[in-house]
Amino acid sequence: MLSIENITRSIDAWLNRTFSPTVALLLEALIVGLGVISLFAVLGLVLVLMERKVSAYMQIRLGPNRVGPGGTLQTVADTLKLAMKEGLTPDGADKFLFNLAPFLVIVVAMLILAPVAFAKGTQIWDVNIGVLYISAVSSLSVIGILMAGWASNNKYSLLGAMRSGAQIVSYELSAGLSVISIVVLTGSLRISDIIASQQDGWWLFKGHIPAIISFIIFIIAVTAETNRAPFDLAEAESELTAGFHTEYSGMRFALFFLAEYVNIFIVCAIGATLFLGGWMPLHIGHWEGFNRVMDFIPSSLWFMGKTFILIFVIMWFRWTFPRLRIDQLLNLEWKYLLPISMVNLLLMTLIAIKGWHF
Amino acid sequence: MIEEIGTTEQGDLVVNLGPQHPSTHGVLHLVITISGETIKKVEPHLGYIHRSIEKMCESLSYRQFIYVTSRMDYLSSHINNHGCALCVEKGMQIEVPARAKVIRVLMDELTRLASHQLWWGAMAMDVGALTPFFHAFRERETINEIMEETCGARLTMNYMVPGGVMADLHPNFQKRVKAFISFFRDKINEYDELVTGNVIFRSRMEGVGYLSPESAVAYGCTGPTARGSGVSCDIRKLYPYEVYGQLQFDEVTATGGDCFARYMVRMQEMRQSVSIIEQLIDNIPEGDFQAKTKAVLKLPKGEFYSRVETARGEFGVFIISEGGTTPYRIKFRSPGFSNLSALDHMARGYKIGDLVAIMGTLDLVIPDIDR
Repeated sequence: MLSIENITRSIDAWLNRTFSPTVALLLEALIVGLGVISLFAVLGLVLVLMERKVSAYMQIRLGPNRVGPGGTLQTVADTLKLAMKEGLTPDGADKFLFNLAPFLVIVVAMLILAPVAFAKGTQIWDVNIGVLYISAVSSLSVIGILMAGWASNNKYSLLGAMRSGAQIVSYELSAGLSVISIVVLTGSLRISDIIASQQDGWWLFKGHIPAIISFIIFIIAVTAETNRAPFDLAEAESELTAGFHTEYSGMRFALFFLAEYVNIFIVCAIGATLFLGGWMPLHIGHWEGFNRVMDFIPSSLWFMGKTFILIFVIMWFRWTFPRLRIDQLLNLEWKYLLPISMVNLLLMTLIAIKGWHF
Repeated sequence: MIEEIGTTEQGDLVVNLGPQHPSTHGVLHLVITISGETIKKVEPHLGYIHRSIEKMCESLSYRQFIYVTSRMDYLSSHINNHGCALCVEKGMQIEVPARAKVIRVLMDELTRLASHQLWWGAMAMDVGALTPFFHAFRERETINEIMEETCGARLTMNYMVPGGVMADLHPNFQKRVKAFISFFRDKINEYDELVTGNVIFRSRMEGVGYLSPESAVAYGCTGPTARGSGVSCDIRKLYPYEVYGQLQFDEVTATGGDCFARYMVRMQEMRQSVSIIEQLIDNIPEGDFQAKTKAVLKLPKGEFYSRVETARGEFGVFIISEGGTTPYRIKFRSPGFSNLSALDHMARGYKIGDLVAIMGTLDLVIPDIDR
C-alpha cells in the first residue's frame, strides 16, 4: 500500500544516492520547511473556514456561501485581501519589536510542529525528549504576545498582553502536569514511544479515571493556552476590542490569526497523540474482525480525524460559553485545576507503579 | 476633563472606552481610570449623537413631534410615541376609543419583548458568548414582521397618534401574535438553558455591580435597573394608563441589586409581557381605532406631563404650551440618562470585564441618553 512512510523513505534514499550526505540533509530540511509552510497555509484556510461554518451552524445561519462552491474559497479571498492591505505601524510604536512579534509567534508555532507524528512513520524530528520539547517551546509564544502588546503603544494591547502573560504562564502548569501523567504511564518522553504504547488501546481508556481527568484538564488548559474562548481574555472583543493585536493590520494581523489556528491544531494533535493514540487505529480487545477493518483506514486519516474532533470540541466551547473574568480565570487554575492535576499525577504514578492500568 | 492623558498622578492608567467600542453599543464614550484591572473611576462623556431633539420639537406641530421621538429610544419607539400621544391627549382632553387603548398596550408589550430580546442577546455578547445574540434576533425578527404588517415599519414605528393609532390592525395580526406567543414560550426556556444556568455566566453576574435601593433612588434609576435593587417603580402598576389597570400582571422586582438580579428582572418581565399579550389578544374590542380630532391640534396654555414605562424605565414627556400649534418647550425624561449616571457608582472597585457586564445590564440605548 502506498503510504506516506514509503514516499519519504524513497525520497530520502534518492537524495542520498544523488548528493553527498550533507547536501542531502540540507535539501531534506528545505523540503520539510516548505512542507510545513504549505501545511500552515492549508491549515489556516481549512480551520478558519471550519470555524466559520461551525459557528454558523450553531448560530442558525449559513456562514460563508458566496465565494466558491459552498463558500469553500472564502478564506482564500480573505487571505488575498489581507495580503494586499497596508500593514500600518502606529506612531510611537517600537517599530522593531512591533514587526518582529507576529513572526516570533508564527515561528514558535512552526517549531512545535517538529515532533508531531502525522501518520505512521511520518514525523519531522523524533527527538527523545519530544514531550519536554513541546512544553518548552510552546511557552515561548507568550513572549511574542507580550512583545506585540508592549510595542503597539496602545493601552488595550498592553492590557491584553498582560492578561495573556498571566494566563499562559498559569495554564502551562496544568497542561504540563496532565502531559506528565501520560509520560508516567509510558515511561518515555519520545512521541513515537508514546504512540507505540497505545497499540492495544488508547491511554484515555487504559488509564482509568485519572487518565480521563487529566484529559479534561488538558483540554481546558490548552484552550486557555491558545487564548480561545471562554479564555480569550487576551483578545476579549467586548472589553479590549482586539487585545494584543488591536494595532495590527494586513499580513501581520494575518500571521497572528494564522498562529492562533495553527496552535489549535497543534494542541489538538498533541492531545490526540497523548490520549487518543495518535495515528493508532481503534482496537477493541479480541474483536479480530473489527480490529482488521479498523487497520484498513490509513493512519494519517486516523490522526487527522482525532485531531479534528478535538478541534471541533474546542470550537464548540467558543460558541457556547461566556468569557471568564481575569480573577476567575486565575482562580480556576491555581485553586482548582493545579491541585487536582497534582493529586491526579500522584494517583497516576501509583497506577503506573502497581501496573493497574490495562 | 481628563482626556488623552496616559496616566494620572497616582500612576493609574486612563483608558478611553469608546466612542467606537464593541461593547458600548453605540457612541458612548467612557473615560475609565484603572489600576491594573481594577476600575477606580468611570466618567461617561456624552454628546456624540446629540441631535437636539427637544429643540427640534419646538418647531414641529403636536402631530409631527411624535415622529421624532421614535428616533430616541429606537428599541421602544412605540412606547415613546405612546408617552407623547398620552401627553397631547391629556392637554386636549381627547377620549381614546377602547379598541385603540388595547392596540396600544399590545404594541407596547410586543415592543418590550423585542427590546428585551435584543438586550438578552447583547448582554450575553458583552460577557463573551456570541451565539445567544443570533438566537435572540431570530425571535425578534418575528415581532418585527408582525409590526411591519400593521405599522409598515420595523424600527421607527410612528404608529401612535394623538387620539388613537394611525391605522387599524392587519387582519393577520391576531393569528400571527398567537403563533409567536406559543413559539416564544418554549424559546424563553431555551434562553434560560443556554445562558441563565451557565456556571460561567452566573459567576460573571452574581455579586457584580451592586446598586443599593437607596442609591438607585438617589441616582433616579428606573425600570429593571431599579427593580433589580428592589425598588418598586413600574409606572404600569403605580400610575396605570390605558388598560393596564384592568390587567393581571406582576411587577417584577428582585432584591439582589447585582447584575444577576437585573438580568432576572428582565427575564421575568418577558414572561409577564407574554401573559399581558395573552390576556388581550382575544379581547380586542370592536370600534374605532382613532378618535375624531381636529386637523390642527392646539394645546391650551399650561403645562402637561405624562409618563409611560418603556423597556428601560420611566419615560416622561413634559410639554409647556403657550396655546399655539407648536409646543413652547418640550422636555423628555429618558430612563437611560439616569441609569447611566449610576454607572460610576456601580462599577468602582470591579474589573474591566465587570464594567462591560454592568453596562450590559443597564441596557443602554445611546440616542435615548443623548437626545
